[in-house]
Amino acid sequence: MTGAQTADAVIVGGGLHGLSSAIHLAKAGVEVTLLEKDRIGRHASSANAGGVRRLGRALPEIPIAVAAIELWHDIESLVDETCGFCESVQIKVAEDAEGLNALQIRSQTVCDYGFAHEEMIDADTLHSLLPEVAKHCVGGLIVKGDGHADPFATVRAFHRKALSLGVRIIEGAPVTQITYLNGKWSVKAGGLAFNTPHLINAAGAWGDQISGMMGDHVPIQAQALMLMITERIKPFLSAVVGAEGRTLSFKQLDNGTVLIGGGYQGRAELEHGTTTLDMRQLAANATAAQAIFPLMNQTRITRAWAGIEGVTPDRMPVIGHAGQSGGFHLFGFSAHGFALAPICGRVIAELILSQQTALPIQAFAVDRFQRVAEVT
Amino acid sequence: MKSRTDIAVIGAGPAGMAAAVMAADHGASVLLLDEQAAAGGQIYRAVGSQKATGSAILGTEYYQGGALVDRLAASTVEHVTGATVWHVSDQREIGVSVDGAAELINADHIIIATGAQERPFPVPGWTLPGVMNAGAAQILLKSSGVLLPYPVFVGTGPLLYLIAHQYLRAGVPIAAVLDTTPRSNLCQALGLLPAAFREAGQIWKGLGWLKDLRTSGTTFKTGVEDIRINGADHAESVEYKIAGHWHSCSAESVLLHQGVVPNVNLAMAAGCKHHWSDAQLCWHAQVDDWGYSTVEGVSIAGDGAGIVGADSAQALGGLAALDALYRIGKLSIPERDKIAMPLRKIMSRQQPLRRFLDRLYQPAEQFRIPADPATLVCRCEEVSAAEIREAVSLGCQGPNQLKSFTRAGMGPCQGRLCGLTVSAIIADELGRPVQDIGAARLRSPVKPLELGQLAALADKE
Repeated sequence: MTGAQTADAVIVGGGLHGLSSAIHLAKAGVEVTLLEKDRIGRHASSANAGGVRRLGRALPEIPIAVAAIELWHDIESLVDETCGFCESVQIKVAEDAEGLNALQIRSQTVCDYGFAHEEMIDADTLHSLLPEVAKHCVGGLIVKGDGHADPFATVRAFHRKALSLGVRIIEGAPVTQITYLNGKWSVKAGGLAFNTPHLINAAGAWGDQISGMMGDHVPIQAQALMLMITERIKPFLSAVVGAEGRTLSFKQLDNGTVLIGGGYQGRAELEHGTTTLDMRQLAANATAAQAIFPLMNQTRITRAWAGIEGVTPDRMPVIGHAGQSGGFHLFGFSAHGFALAPICGRVIAELILSQQTALPIQAFAVDRFQRVAEVT
Repeated sequence: MKSRTDIAVIGAGPAGMAAAVMAADHGASVLLLDEQAAAGGQIYRAVGSQKATGSAILGTEYYQGGALVDRLAASTVEHVTGATVWHVSDQREIGVSVDGAAELINADHIIIATGAQERPFPVPGWTLPGVMNAGAAQILLKSSGVLLPYPVFVGTGPLLYLIAHQYLRAGVPIAAVLDTTPRSNLCQALGLLPAAFREAGQIWKGLGWLKDLRTSGTTFKTGVEDIRINGADHAESVEYKIAGHWHSCSAESVLLHQGVVPNVNLAMAAGCKHHWSDAQLCWHAQVDDWGYSTVEGVSIAGDGAGIVGADSAQALGGLAALDALYRIGKLSIPERDKIAMPLRKIMSRQQPLRRFLDRLYQPAEQFRIPADPATLVCRCEEVSAAEIREAVSLGCQGPNQLKSFTRAGMGPCQGRLCGLTVSAIIADELGRPVQDIGAARLRSPVKPLELGQLAALADKE
């Protein structure tokens, strides 16, 4: 191949996880090239609710989520900008005794796992923290010190920081071929060719295609996750709110608009990277929001949109070594990867630079799907 | 309201009314959804109920719409008034709100006839109270007989002169008419004039308005090169530049107009492809000569696909309906083509006049792309021209990305009022054609929708 370029590391995917990996590696002096098929932050990195939470994480995700929150509280030292991060409490509301019981069990489970950040609150506390929450709500689970950030501002900050560290970012360069020979990866993308000892797959909903080219099978479902936002209304809520037994993500932004999501799906079209909204699913999301916050009834939705995210069968990400040495995966965050981006980039950098990380990531190994496939 | 229909028509202006009547006359079940209280669209707004103002002010051409309104009323069309359509999907699903309740409706064919809207006119001071689009002022006149005090008319195009003429006929003192038509336009349009004389009546009518305005003693300035509207908390005066010199006149209201452009939001949100028209300097839907769009089962009729004027819009409405009737199996191709012939004749007779008007009244660049960097572009989120240019210098390549830099186009209007200006500024800053820059991606709901109404849809099947 003529004109193949070399890089210490090549990252496939210009979402937050790819950018974060690039930043952590570049800070350690690694020469990085990042390939993005479309443009930076086009999908799930921009089209998400900006949640920065530990609340409700699957148990294996708790340690990295805890480490991630620490980074978010000092995000400026990583990317020189605030990313619109605000600290706030995260609350999961229970609507009846059954829901309260489920939250109690959850709280105890997290406690038994060695973490104390999820605490129960009673009805009085709930209603004093959330004056507009529906009267029937009986309590909740709270995490203090979580928060939320602005996805657009975050993408922009990570993009700028990567560029300022000398990361070579090539947009409009879809990867068409990956080969592995004698410990070297060769990547063809957008008419260019690259040789590198370290290849990082951070391709989000397209991560299965890249992992397939790298020799690892990962079953991923691409989902178009929808969000909607309202007109500006008087400030009534500073917490980020979810609800037991419902899929809901609900928060009021500084400008008074209310951002509503919860993983409701439109239709995703992977080839062109386009999405279509599903009004009935959006209606289900509106129903959940209205049930928890009745004052929303008359509030007008001004926009709705969707971004494409990759969801794995166990709804946990793939983080860690690829089957072939020098390859790494960082994708499949299943709609809760935004908050984890700052820490996961560090994990990948640690794996490349010192072959190990202090954080437990065994549960995210790429071969877990292969093992399941062999058993069944 | 039925939840399923053969043909749904959105908008009850000339194109929508003609489409609905044509479809119903050939045996299709037709649902006509329109936001207004009565049929007529903008041009024939409230024509069925308009008694107060009278033809002495509004002119006889306005009352021509009455015949179509009568035919609609006599047809089997289910005409739903006060219906706000906020969603059209590529699966032929319509989301509409009527009387505070939302419904999802399925149609075998959808004809979008959402007409035109006024082109944004971003000059310093255009967001001051007392400043409005001339078309909006005409809506006030048609629907409630309201006339604004001591107006300055600013801009270019037949609608501006018509409205000024209506004010003149109503006896309202006019502070001034400031004509921004570039002098060079006339030379370039002259070659198109002979062909346009196939519609000589319309040309004489327009010249008559101009003559009346000029001989009435009204201040009428041509060759206006720049404009700024001044006032502390209300428009008080207008400064204007002619041949390099600034002048000023006082005003109690300022009515701006520099032509109309297709109202594309609904069609774009439905996924219909659009392209940039260099002749009309706006987005045109990509449609065939029946108005059939790039989305299966969706047609766009009238000014919504490209500005054609009321008579042609009415013809295009009929053509879109004929094609829809063929597609749903109510007409054969020969039947469709035969009925279409007189409509096509109307189209071809009108075309030369449209070309002439497009060229003569093409708005000047400085009024489409604000020269003063402080000029507000996005009114909802208060984003200035300078902020958009700065975003481009930071790497922003298009209107979708611009949202993440500035929030421009993210307010309740979804870029309806700023979209053209935003794309034009980015194109200008990057030195690339607007076609390459594109328009901001639009999504349902294209009009604000109460959350409670949306939620109630979950219970309906």
